[in-house]
Amino acid sequence: MKITEDTVKYVAALAKLTVSEEEQQKVAEDLDRILDYIETMNGLDTDGVEPMSHVLPMKNVFREDIVTNRDEREQLLRNAPKQKDGSFAVPKTVE
Amino acid sequence: MKELTKMSALEIGRMIKAKEITVLDAVKAQLEVIKERDPEYRCFITVLEEEAYAQAAEVQKRIDAGELEDSPLAGVPMAVKDNICTKGIRTTCASKILYNFEPVYDATVIEKLKRAGAVIIGKTNMDEFAMGSTTETSHFGETKNPWDISCVPGGSSGGSAAAVAAEEIFYALGSDTGGSIRQPAGYCGVAGMKPTYGTVSRYGLIAYASSLDQIGTFGRNISDCAAALEIISGHDAKDSTSVNAEGFQYTKSLVDDVKGLRIGIPKDYLGTGLEEDVKESILKAAEVFRSKGAIVEEFELHSVDYAVPSYYVIACAEASSNLSRFDGVKYGYRSAKAEGLQEVYKNTRSEGFGNEVKRRMMIGAFVLSSGYYDAFYNKALKVRAIINEGFQRAFEKYDIILGPTAPQTAPALGESLSDPLKMYLSDIYTVSVNLAGLPAVSIPCGRDSRGLPIGMQLIGRHFGENEIIRAAYSFEQSEQYERPAAIAAESKEGKSSVLQEGIGHESI
Amino acid sequence: MKAYETVIGLEVHVELATKSKIFCGCTTQFGGDPNTHVCPVCSGMPGTLPVLNKQVVEFAMAAGLALNCSITQKCKFDRKNYFYPDLPKAYQISQLYLPICRDGGIEIETEAGKKTVRIHEIHMEEDAGKLVHDPWEDCTLVDYNRCGVPLIEIVSEPDMRSAEEVIAYLEKLRLILQYLGVSDCKMQEGSLRADINLSVREVGVPEFGTRTEMKNMNSFKAIGRAIEGERKRQIELLEDGGKVIQETRRWDDNKDTSFAMRSKEDAQDYRYFPEPDLPPIEISDEWLQAVRAHQPELRDEKMLRYEKEFGIPEYDALIITGSKQLADLFEKTVALCQKPKEVSNWLMVETMRLLKEQEMDPEEITFTPAQLAGLIKLVDGNKINRTVAKEVFEKVFKENVDPEAYVEKHGLGLVSDDGVLRSAIRQVIENNPQSVRDYMGGKSRAMGFLVGQAMKEMKGKADPGMVNQIVKEMLDAM
Ligand SMILES: [Mg+2]
Ligand SMILES: [Zn+2]
Repeated sequence: MKITEDTVKYVAALAKLTVSEEEQQKVAEDLDRILDYIETMNGLDTDGVEPMSHVLPMKNVFREDIVTNRDEREQLLRNAPKQKDGSFAVPKTVE
Repeated sequence: MKELTKMSALEIGRMIKAKEITVLDAVKAQLEVIKERDPEYRCFITVLEEEAYAQAAEVQKRIDAGELEDSPLAGVPMAVKDNICTKGIRTTCASKILYNFEPVYDATVIEKLKRAGAVIIGKTNMDEFAMGSTTETSHFGETKNPWDISCVPGGSSGGSAAAVAAEEIFYALGSDTGGSIRQPAGYCGVAGMKPTYGTVSRYGLIAYASSLDQIGTFGRNISDCAAALEIISGHDAKDSTSVNAEGFQYTKSLVDDVKGLRIGIPKDYLGTGLEEDVKESILKAAEVFRSKGAIVEEFELHSVDYAVPSYYVIACAEASSNLSRFDGVKYGYRSAKAEGLQEVYKNTRSEGFGNEVKRRMMIGAFVLSSGYYDAFYNKALKVRAIINEGFQRAFEKYDIILGPTAPQTAPALGESLSDPLKMYLSDIYTVSVNLAGLPAVSIPCGRDSRGLPIGMQLIGRHFGENEIIRAAYSFEQSEQYERPAAIAAESKEGKSSVLQEGIGHESI
Repeated sequence: MKAYETVIGLEVHVELATKSKIFCGCTTQFGGDPNTHVCPVCSGMPGTLPVLNKQVVEFAMAAGLALNCSITQKCKFDRKNYFYPDLPKAYQISQLYLPICRDGGIEIETEAGKKTVRIHEIHMEEDAGKLVHDPWEDCTLVDYNRCGVPLIEIVSEPDMRSAEEVIAYLEKLRLILQYLGVSDCKMQEGSLRADINLSVREVGVPEFGTRTEMKNMNSFKAIGRAIEGERKRQIELLEDGGKVIQETRRWDDNKDTSFAMRSKEDAQDYRYFPEPDLPPIEISDEWLQAVRAHQPELRDEKMLRYEKEFGIPEYDALIITGSKQLADLFEKTVALCQKPKEVSNWLMVETMRLLKEQEMDPEEITFTPAQLAGLIKLVDGNKINRTVAKEVFEKVFKENVDPEAYVEKHGLGLVSDDGVLRSAIRQVIENNPQSVRDYMGGKSRAMGFLVGQAMKEMKGKADPGMVNQIVKEMLDAM
């Protein structure tokens, strides 16, 4: 496995992070080393094994279709870095 | 007053019920010790002095009204890891990105604690977003190990573990995703318990890796851990992965009896990488169990080496998704120097997260990205299935699996940060328990040549908490609880341990 | 110019008619002040967790069954990861690997004939919030009211070849979903939205061309124009030797053209993975059977029943069942007045006339079954005549008046008081001696004149049968 600086740029973009030019190589080396190690997983034969995303055999956990919540806008907006007219405010998104 | 803080949580609870002391006495004593010691150990991110006094008065009223008869820890001061939401009280995950975040609701465990009359006295330090094994990555500074302040307390729940060890708190909550309760418990010489996945509601626990995270408890002995776990466990309709069972009874297993208990020690846990002192202590502990009538055997667990890589893939993948919501829009930090939406995202996240968190989010993004999903993420899920199967097979033969909590004792501050891979590898004995969703406890089982505590891990089958609690309790009856030298030196009684008195299960 | 064929596939998002959101207990009601239908779960507060609304699964199953899909009995949710302010968790809980319905299809009919449009899959997911541009501060305001409203996304195969087929498909889809009661499918409120995937290829070429995607179209008219516009754009591009780029475009209905949405700064890589916070769903045979058994009557069945049970002409049944609203109105009114043919007539003639005149859809009808039934009873009981009835109906249609009260208030009722009629007719007979003589002389036509005069005297509000009878009776007695 060879993590290139391009890969670093790509995953940083996916994660919405900035990796400065100076850091890129170091980060690439770090990730490369970690992923090399992770690839030791390939030593285990997993043919025909069902991937396990839930550890307990639970299923069908539902709630009934009932409205239980009230307006708590003031509370929910309390932590907003910027708000306006009862809404969260961000720099404009339209092209 | 300081003598009070040496008691066990259950003992303080009993004294409050018996009107030997008031809730206020306990709270005052605890706050006094925190003020004195925390500047050095930095176990807390937030100490709730005023709120604690207010809570103390309220709980005292409820106790006097006879409301909390069935609540053995009513009025006992406790602390909560800072990734568990407390309504109106800052909850930071030890990250700059949540430096000012005040949740609008209480986590289910907090609701349960309040109902049981707990007095929450503070929010404890941790590795940023619970990603780390040292509690050095906190935005609020590292916590120090009360046994040796040049060493780390372990992590990520290092603040909770160190606070319990330093007698800054009677008991505490932590969260355990890959060992984050058991490993610091081991390094700090206290008991730490991670229950079966689904036993404690995750509602209000700020997620690191959703399929692995579980809230658990710290105490200076297993009795306190079990009593606290009894409060916070149980079904919660707000958490779809919470098991539909009520009334977990843990304290009934505080019995000194392991006769006939089948204990397996994975040979794979005693191999390379394990420090000699640790190995010796574990084998000695095995002898203690044997002498008490347990059947102890070594066996092959297999696939042990694949647990850490599988764990890191799954944990990082889930984390990269879970931590995406911290984007400067709804809460927490927003970069001041950001023009346009993309900069709000990128600058906020780049400035708000520390290096280890960023590293894991990038690994997570990578293993899920198109072209790599099957080779990494899906592969890790299959490895997980095989690891789980290995445990299931082992539990056909054994009631409990015994081994070290960590391959070593607490490393020096700064030692791990430079080499993330080495730090990841130190989780080798703990992560597989999370992958398989099993319950496990770490209790002290001796000290190494430097005098640092060694932790022993007891792993149970799914919902096998009662067996590991019984084993841990039995072991504790043969091993006196030791406190860090600096803490013990302050005790008038010297080495005599108040803690050991009156914690038999009759007192519960 | 070469001959081209247009190839179109649709992704249709439908908001389900549940009371509460898909993963929390917030209301799904349309509108409301910004962020007032929001809780910690649907606003993505740290530490919160989703709990699935069972009704969502049952609605999705009902839709799948009606659209001839096979139901995935072991299905689960996945996370779709991307950053956008309308998505507070920065991931959408959706389904990728095991969508709840697969491999269905419906038959559509256009002038080009009948054909089947295949449905690739239907998956469940949560809706996103709404972004509003604030011109004063040049920023965007985020409202999460819609965030977490349950959606099903119905993905068709690229089986459509024209705007007519697309609209026929959408209309059929809408009707089925409305009949099922799984959605109100109000396009103007965004509860039915279509993404159009369109490509062109030379006739006879087996491979598909490169497609573009136009997002969130929300009226049939705009869809028609967008397809036409994008088809032309792609053909012109190819004719000029250019290439179609696979991209997302926005249709501007005012400028009658589509334009490329600024390509997202980063590559689209949604990094789907199984949602760890939600255990999988296992649909047992019994559960599936129960949902199947509860499927309501759909249009074709209903049409046949109207013809058989109510004796309604095929054409009328076709029109009335062409709208869930009309069909509901029809059945409820019939239940109240037991006059299916009368009800059908009012819907087919006067209602249709007024809808056309007012440029309204049947969905916008506001009068109630009780009002229409009341009107029919007035006519039936000879309380008003047909001319007056039409006048009253218009008031019912436009202003929701209560027909009985309206007739009473405006004195529009037929005079059936024997005494009043007799005195009026006596007056007419006295005033027209010549006509009386003519009648006596055997000219029976003269009676018609007298009846007409009597009706005129009553300003039309008399029962003609009764007038006829009294006139004859009085003349014969002379
Ligand atoms: Mg979708
Ligand atoms: Zn909500």
